[in-house]
Amino acid sequence: MKNRKHSGRMSSRKKRIMALEMFLGLLLAITVLAPIAWMFLSSVMQSVDLTAKPLKLIPETVTFERYRQIFQSTTTSDPAFVFRIALKNSFIIAVSVTVLSLVIGTMAAYAFAHVRFRYKGGLMMLILFTYMLPPAALIIPLYRIYSSLHLLDKKFPLVILYLSFIIPFIIWVMQDFFGSISKSFEEAAQVDGATRFQTLLYIFLPIARPGAVATGILAFLMSWDEFFYALIFTSSLTSKTMTIAIEEFNGKFTIDYGMISVAGILGSLIPVLITVIFQKYIVMGMTAGGVKE
Amino acid sequence: MRKGLILALVSCAAMTMAVSSPAFAEDVTLNALFMKQAGYSEEDVTAMTQAFTESTGIQVNPTFVAYEELAPKILTSAASGGYDVILGDCIWPAQFAKAGLVLDVTDRVEALDLDDIYQGALDATRYEGKYYGMPWLNDVKYMFVNTKLLADAGIEEVPTTWDELIEDAKAVKDQGICEYPIAACYAQAECLICDYTCIAGAFGGAFVDENNEPTLNSEENVAALDFMASTLTDGLCNPKSLEMIEDDVLSTFAAGNAVFAINWTYQFASMNDESQSSVAGQGVITPIPGTDKAESATVNGGMPLMITAGCQHPDEAWDYMQFLASKEMQAEYCANALPIWKSLYTDEGVIEKAGAEVVAASQIQFDYIVNRPMVPYYNELSTSMQSEIQRVLLGELSAQEALDGLQETALSLAEG
Amino acid sequence: MRLRKEEERYALKLISPSMIVVFGVIIVPIVTTFIYTLVNIDPLSAHKGEFAGLSFYIKALTSKVFWEDLGRTLHFTIASTAIETVLGMLIALLLNQKFPGVKFLRSIIIIPWALPTVVNGSLWKLMLNGEYGVINALLVRFHLISSYQSWLGNPKTAMWCIILADAWKMTPLAVIFFLAALQGIDNTIYEAAKVDGAGAFRRFQAITLPALKPTIMVIVVMRTVEKFKAFDIFYLMTRGGPANSTKTLMYDTYLQAFTNLNYSEAATYAYLIALVVALMTLIYVKLMNREEA
Repeated sequence: MKNRKHSGRMSSRKKRIMALEMFLGLLLAITVLAPIAWMFLSSVMQSVDLTAKPLKLIPETVTFERYRQIFQSTTTSDPAFVFRIALKNSFIIAVSVTVLSLVIGTMAAYAFAHVRFRYKGGLMMLILFTYMLPPAALIIPLYRIYSSLHLLDKKFPLVILYLSFIIPFIIWVMQDFFGSISKSFEEAAQVDGATRFQTLLYIFLPIARPGAVATGILAFLMSWDEFFYALIFTSSLTSKTMTIAIEEFNGKFTIDYGMISVAGILGSLIPVLITVIFQKYIVMGMTAGGVKE
Repeated sequence: MRKGLILALVSCAAMTMAVSSPAFAEDVTLNALFMKQAGYSEEDVTAMTQAFTESTGIQVNPTFVAYEELAPKILTSAASGGYDVILGDCIWPAQFAKAGLVLDVTDRVEALDLDDIYQGALDATRYEGKYYGMPWLNDVKYMFVNTKLLADAGIEEVPTTWDELIEDAKAVKDQGICEYPIAACYAQAECLICDYTCIAGAFGGAFVDENNEPTLNSEENVAALDFMASTLTDGLCNPKSLEMIEDDVLSTFAAGNAVFAINWTYQFASMNDESQSSVAGQGVITPIPGTDKAESATVNGGMPLMITAGCQHPDEAWDYMQFLASKEMQAEYCANALPIWKSLYTDEGVIEKAGAEVVAASQIQFDYIVNRPMVPYYNELSTSMQSEIQRVLLGELSAQEALDGLQETALSLAEG
Repeated sequence: MRLRKEEERYALKLISPSMIVVFGVIIVPIVTTFIYTLVNIDPLSAHKGEFAGLSFYIKALTSKVFWEDLGRTLHFTIASTAIETVLGMLIALLLNQKFPGVKFLRSIIIIPWALPTVVNGSLWKLMLNGEYGVINALLVRFHLISSYQSWLGNPKTAMWCIILADAWKMTPLAVIFFLAALQGIDNTIYEAAKVDGAGAFRRFQAITLPALKPTIMVIVVMRTVEKFKAFDIFYLMTRGGPANSTKTLMYDTYLQAFTNLNYSEAATYAYLIALVVALMTLIYVKLMNREEA
């Protein structure tokens, strides 16, 4: 908007700059969209065309057969069927993780930001350390524990497992966010006779909502994205997640690039929609919260 | 450790007595781990399992995972008994046996008609004179040749030695028919060692001697590796082979961009499937070429069934394995995997279902099966071999240097 | 004093659900894994069950393999973090301008980030394929290379392929962070600087960069930690190959545990990874505090 004031002889230079900006913007748009467009194209190309050399960039015939297979297959051994169920599992798991981690993690984050208690710093460090531990460090003993408690290959135990690394993340980001909210709100509310929990519920949470939405989206994506734990802890349709189903298209005996592309498109649909729709929140949350001190 | 094992065996035996009456067997439920998308299909295994439950009353829950997931699943679960019966790769029994993950089934195996089972398949389940599994999925590698492209170069005969193959490959390349006539799976993965096993075997080499002592830097092995590297430097073997695994080789062949490819049996059906192949009907399956040292050599890629150490019902588990590997089942479902039983190969029904070309090729190829070293440290050795052999193929290292180093690695691994 | 106690009780109520979930899941595995690093539990070892003291740590730290793994891990971590930060900032500066289409760009820039890692890895593996990848097809068509190249089969390029795939997915996150920070800068400062005759570069150096510093710090800290532990993308794209050129510490840990059955070695690696990550974070925190002081 600062540019509006200038006019006259500057405008030709302005035009040139704008042309450059548009050119760079176009380049950026291509870089961002081309791989996704190619993934879509691969998902509707015939298998024979996908491995042709030289590759035809615009296929002569397209097929939506693979999509039909995913939505309509009823054979339990069909990878397409497996993928559909896995997509559902992933969704149930990710939503549960998001809701639970937000509720549980936000409370703790608030405590870390605004309530005084002993060993606060040490505890925070410990939480951060758990977040840093690579899952490979925990997997073998974890498997033994889960197995002896009969928690393998079930959705809810996987949710708990995901919570164990997503909650630390939420605490880390949200406590920063709560910290930026002035303590005077709390004091004012207490003068008005509100209990501390009421203050948290009615004063802090509404202010913190953009941050909560932003971290909630991150929690959803982290859980939707998770691969390593799912690789070890799921095996049947009861709990197999989308990431594992995609990986299974990619094996020693079957690299079905057409199917991988379909799965990629469908597996990305939900997170992409959520992020694009809630983008304002992500930006707002980050502007008001952790990033800007 | 040994005490624990004995205790486990005793308790297993006690359990066996307790469940030996059929009334008890009804209550037994077994968990079994299988592989999806290769060999017997999920439908096949499910149908076999149903037939087993119908005839014995024993319930079985089969789980199907990708090949790549098998090892992590077995290793994490074996100790806690998540699965009773597992399908494993033929390179795992020694490691699993030493680690105490699977049960010794020697007495049970020796009670079978061993003369009727292919020796190579049987050998792969043996470690220190004991059997740890039941051969089931029977597979070896073959040579696949696109005879149409070969005929375009004026060659009518399929090569039977590597020298002939190189000559043919040169002719095909020089005439511009195919830029890289050979496609191979030389990615940093087990498939590289499988191919090297075939070629080293054809050159008369072996990775271990009869006492399982490493012999990696033998003259023959060096010559074989030098040969593999030369196919790359001469531009006969596709340079992208270094990123290829089995399925990439198949798709390259199926796209008509290779004349020669070594692969498992499954390539035959896929390359003749018009929906994914543009060379349907153009290729043949034939034994892997040899040299003057050996007529042919292939690698055992079979997969045995094993009983985990944590299994509570080893008798039922064994019954189930016997049922799956029975001649009846193997004959019935031979369209997706060849039987382990020699006598089935003369069965008209089997020949028809499995395909006459495949059966014919297998009857020659099965005589030249080489097992990858059946030593507990094999997997660790293999990971070292994969990267070192790739360095040779990339020209970073000479075959002699690489294999000398690997020999040392193997010796130190053998010591533990 | 009574107030203080009450405060602590309140904090306990708020943080206990988080602590129960997080530590309930991981405390036993963390301790068990630590014991694994001190006692030989490798099922194949002749010394199984023996107390090993620090010998696994010493063995790791004196082995060439460990340092090579670390080198490759750092290569990936540093290169991709640097690319994402610099590129993220430049793109954010572009998107902070006004030109036709910028709104559209701002809304699509986030899409790659929303793609699951598994999808991203499979997509790039497909596009980079040496035999029928679209990238080869395009480069040949535009005569940038004369024949198809094996990008993932060449030790000189494989790591850069992974860095490319990772940067494509993760740069958008940096862009979003930087955009948020840029929009928080008061425009009047720029106007004043302009009046004072400061050029565009000088303005960037004096105003923009200092304002972005906290954001840079956050991105660098967050991304290095994540990247150092990255596993999925290596598992999906190269599995450590070719010729070990993409074998990172994390991938080696997986290999040691699940292929070689060297549990104790894997546990030691995992702890060393956590240690390095913790150390890096500590250094960053120190640096950040010094900046602020």
